[in-house]
Amino acid sequence: MARTIIPFGPQHPVLPEPIHLDLVVEDEKVVEARPSIGFVHRGLEKLVEKKDFIEFVYVAERICGICSFIHGQTYCQAVEAIMDIPVPPRAHYLRTVWGELSRIHSHLLWLGLMADGMGFESLFMHSWRVRERVLNVIEATTGGRVIFGSCKIGGVRRDMDAGAIKDTLAELETIERDLLQVTRVFLNDSSVKRRLCGVGVLSPQQAHDLGCVGPVLRASGVARDMRTLGYAAYQELEMAPVTRTEGDSFARCAVRCDELLQSISLIRQALGKIPAGDIAVKVTGNPKGEVIMRTEQPRGEVVYCLKANGSKNLQRFRVRTPTFANLPAMLKLLQGCELADVPVLVLTIDPCISCTER
Amino acid sequence: MPYFEMARLALKWALTKPPTTRYPFEPRQPIAGSRGQVIFTGDNCVYCTVCAKKCPTGALKVDRALKRFVLDRLRCISCGSCVEICPKDSLSLSTGHGFPTTSRDSEIYHGS
Repeated sequence: MARTIIPFGPQHPVLPEPIHLDLVVEDEKVVEARPSIGFVHRGLEKLVEKKDFIEFVYVAERICGICSFIHGQTYCQAVEAIMDIPVPPRAHYLRTVWGELSRIHSHLLWLGLMADGMGFESLFMHSWRVRERVLNVIEATTGGRVIFGSCKIGGVRRDMDAGAIKDTLAELETIERDLLQVTRVFLNDSSVKRRLCGVGVLSPQQAHDLGCVGPVLRASGVARDMRTLGYAAYQELEMAPVTRTEGDSFARCAVRCDELLQSISLIRQALGKIPAGDIAVKVTGNPKGEVIMRTEQPRGEVVYCLKANGSKNLQRFRVRTPTFANLPAMLKLLQGCELADVPVLVLTIDPCISCTER
Repeated sequence: MPYFEMARLALKWALTKPPTTRYPFEPRQPIAGSRGQVIFTGDNCVYCTVCAKKCPTGALKVDRALKRFVLDRLRCISCGSCVEICPKDSLSLSTGHGFPTTSRDSEIYHGS
């Protein structure tokens, strides 16, 4: 049968960010997908030569507009590991709370985009209605809505007083109630199931071999979550990776729905046992050494590699973002799928292209 | 298995007040604690230039000899570094975000 190449992206209604795929199709079936990325490359890794290691927190946080806080947190943790800075426990707890809030808002954003991608506009609006409440909590506690700006080397820049903790817990009640209403639709609605069940199945072995991370990996039944490493305050909180065994698009959606509730539980635990004390320590000197830091972003594991030679500018800075790790899996999913399923399959890995291109 | 989840959700919100505000007829109320615009009050300022050195985007330029403080709003990312470092509390962050501008001119303040 004759083959046709259909260009998909970089500008496409279903894509929030630019990625280009050449879809080789036979009739309505995709035979192969050839990606090309690099449309929004900003050279942030090179900026370490211009910005000193303390200023660079602001750049690290701007690698991504959705998982911004965890980028900043990972960078700070990496520098703290090189310089052996004892971060106060309260700062660890606050980082955990804000990291989980950012996970909730990222997953809700994805649920909305997913609903939009499969043509369920009203569900998209409802997901983002709940997300707005989360953003308000983030703004009230950190001062920013998507760029939190509250993490710094040695601790955090803002504290949450007893009133703010009480308000956050009260708002979490409302958010959880609204969340359950929205996720019940995702998990039970027959039109959602028809669109997602059995589409893009990834076996546990395939997911592992292709180097998947985050919800894509966990939806295939592999319980790997970097939060179990126990960074920040996670070692003192109860959590187990959320997994599903089906490995299809519905499982990836279900994992994210369950992680929303897991994040709320983690925030409640963290705010329940947050210790009193300082929120930051003074940082003196310059970093010297090399470190690799891994944390769990909403999209999966992010790896930071830093090399410093004792000057105020880092020598080398490298980020391996979760979407970059999930792209091979996406190409595998696209092989043999129906052309109409392409938007759904691209969205199920939760592509964050600005992260990928840095 | 629950049925009519979406119908129930849609019906509930069809009968409820919209969660969105009717902007611009109803202006947005800033949230307390939000990092908005940098506000400069020059009364205490000694033009020490610490804020300009700490600004990660180079939005602040301070001239000690001329007693001049220049703020480029389009470069400012409202991170609050200058507010934290100011020894004389001459800088603060408001919760509002100001009005859109039509020019790229910086705001210039002269000390007496």
